[in-house]
Amino acid sequence: MHVLRSFLRRLESTAGRHPKNGPQGRCGWIAACAGMTSTFMPKGHSAHTNTAQAAIKVIAFVKCVLSIFVFGLSLNSAAVTVTDDRGQTVNIPLAPQRIVSLLPSLTETVCALGACARLVGVDRYSNYPLQVKKLAQMGGGIDPNIEAIVAAKPDLVLMATSARGVQRLESLGLKVLALESKNVADVQRTINLLGQVLQAADAPVLWREIEAAMQDAKQSLPPATQRLRVYFEASSGPYAAGPQSFIGEMLARLGVQNIISSDLGPFPKINPEFVVRADPDLIMLSARSAQDLAKRPGWSQLRAVRAQHVCGFTTEQNDVLVRAGPRMAQAAGLLARCIAGVKTP
Amino acid sequence: MNVSRAWVVWAVVLPLLALALLALGACIGSTGFDSLFGLHNDPVATQIVWDIRLPRTLGAWLAGALLGLAGAVAQGLFRNPLADPFLLGSASGASLGVALALVLTGSAASQAAFDGAWLARLGLTGAAFVGALAGVLLTLALARGVQHTLRLLLAGVVVGVVLSAAKDLVTLAAPDMLQAMQAFMLGSTGFVGWPACVVMAAVLLPCLAVSRACAVALDGLSLGHATAQSLGLPLVGMRSALVAVLALATGTAVAQAGLIAFVGLAAPHVVRSLVKSTHSALLLLSALMGGLLLMLADVLARWVLAPQELPVGVLTAMLGGCYLLWLMHRQRSFGSTP
Repeated sequence: MHVLRSFLRRLESTAGRHPKNGPQGRCGWIAACAGMTSTFMPKGHSAHTNTAQAAIKVIAFVKCVLSIFVFGLSLNSAAVTVTDDRGQTVNIPLAPQRIVSLLPSLTETVCALGACARLVGVDRYSNYPLQVKKLAQMGGGIDPNIEAIVAAKPDLVLMATSARGVQRLESLGLKVLALESKNVADVQRTINLLGQVLQAADAPVLWREIEAAMQDAKQSLPPATQRLRVYFEASSGPYAAGPQSFIGEMLARLGVQNIISSDLGPFPKINPEFVVRADPDLIMLSARSAQDLAKRPGWSQLRAVRAQHVCGFTTEQNDVLVRAGPRMAQAAGLLARCIAGVKTP
Repeated sequence: MNVSRAWVVWAVVLPLLALALLALGACIGSTGFDSLFGLHNDPVATQIVWDIRLPRTLGAWLAGALLGLAGAVAQGLFRNPLADPFLLGSASGASLGVALALVLTGSAASQAAFDGAWLARLGLTGAAFVGALAGVLLTLALARGVQHTLRLLLAGVVVGVVLSAAKDLVTLAAPDMLQAMQAFMLGSTGFVGWPACVVMAAVLLPCLAVSRACAVALDGLSLGHATAQSLGLPLVGMRSALVAVLALATGTAVAQAGLIAFVGLAAPHVVRSLVKSTHSALLLLSALMGGLLLMLADVLARWVLAPQELPVGVLTAMLGGCYLLWLMHRQRSFGSTP
């Protein structure tokens, strides 16, 4: 199958045409084949055809026959039916070649699966890997630009379940997968699902790599850090990251304690007083909030603030931490480096 | 004589302007004129112009017309130039409806509960509409009917505050739906398709007819309650009908296009600054003007940052605010030199 494809591509470059992937390309070939057979029919005034032209035609004809063969093969093997996070069953007849991703973590997942080149558009918040910044921006999760998405002629649109316009895009005849990872298990599921849909790289391999890197991050920490009690501020409100949240799960995997109990939900809005009473050993929050942490009433006497066991994450680091996606091993590394900075007795 | 002519002229001019804008709206968007030129040979271009640009431009007009009409009704009914369509608690009712639907369907998606099933079918649009109507009904219940304008107004404010607090409580309990909630309530015409247009048109026409039939009551009320009563009008019935129009028009607009500020407030004021007329004409012109304003905002929202686009609610709030301020100052200078 792969051999056939690469053979086709080589033929294509010899025929001097632009390589064109995807279903459109294949259908185009089929249409061309139909035209081609008619040109092969003997005609009265085809005497001018010199050998070079004939050669090109033969090559093109062979290519057409092969492409139909491959097309048939991919029709048999490639039809994938998946259930997305809405519970909607989506049938994807061919491996998508023109993908629009409207959620940064999904953009990252597509790229981690080696299908970055198949992206034709992203949302305005997708900024990793760097090459996606060059792609056309099609609004955000709240306000996707329907017209721009349709104009990009995608064969698959990936967006968050909370995003607006899923139904609108479907009613315009697009294939939409709504996916939203909220925890580590979701990340694994999404990677496997997208690996299946894209028929691209080996998703289980990617997941094993992530798991291994996470394990490395945990093992880099001395056992004494397991006693550390951590407060992770998801946003100033303050909203804390509870054990049910993605970050909370990562902290738990690294072996540290969370000052928030799991019955409070993933991102509880807490009273600042709660943190003062819990007096955590380590505080993690955004760099901007970290600046005037000591100015919060009563917080200057906190153990973590006095010992300067406060990690302020930059915006880029925050992107890594907050997005439940394939960069979670990197996120575990960031958290581990912060935890390792605490002088444990 | 002159006065009665003037509104007819505007009633012709405003739809013509809207038609011109509709044509412009078909040309403007993130793909620019390319889609228009490719109309004959590119199916995607046809889809963009016919299935995206036209319904959203028309949808903007319809939502604006609903809000303009509702604004004129509210200002006449409450005899208060500051009244706007969201006054009776419909906006906060709608957002509470969406919040509850999100919480219920969110939990039902995993276990497919029975009560979640009909909610899912109803959709967020339906939930917003039901919420808006419920908000208005609650206001009416608290005000014990439509007889007392001041009581109605106060009840509307109370319901608005209490329901939005309830919505905050719901979102606090399930913070992960905050984004979906925000996405839904953000005023935007970008998601309007032909079905939404049909729904809005089907609501606009009867609302316009009913409110114009009851316009006499508004004319009478503008002379004071006692005078209106002395004219022998069936005030209670007419008022109830007008409140129903207000709730229905606002609920429909919110459900299809989210919260769009200022159109309902500004449209009647713009009309009054153009022409002096009875309420019957004012209602029609306000609807036409509201439609034109929102359509203009929609076209601008797509054009200003193209190929990006602005949420139209942001634009109406800014433009409407500036225009109203200008109108206010101009009228003050008029007022000082009688």
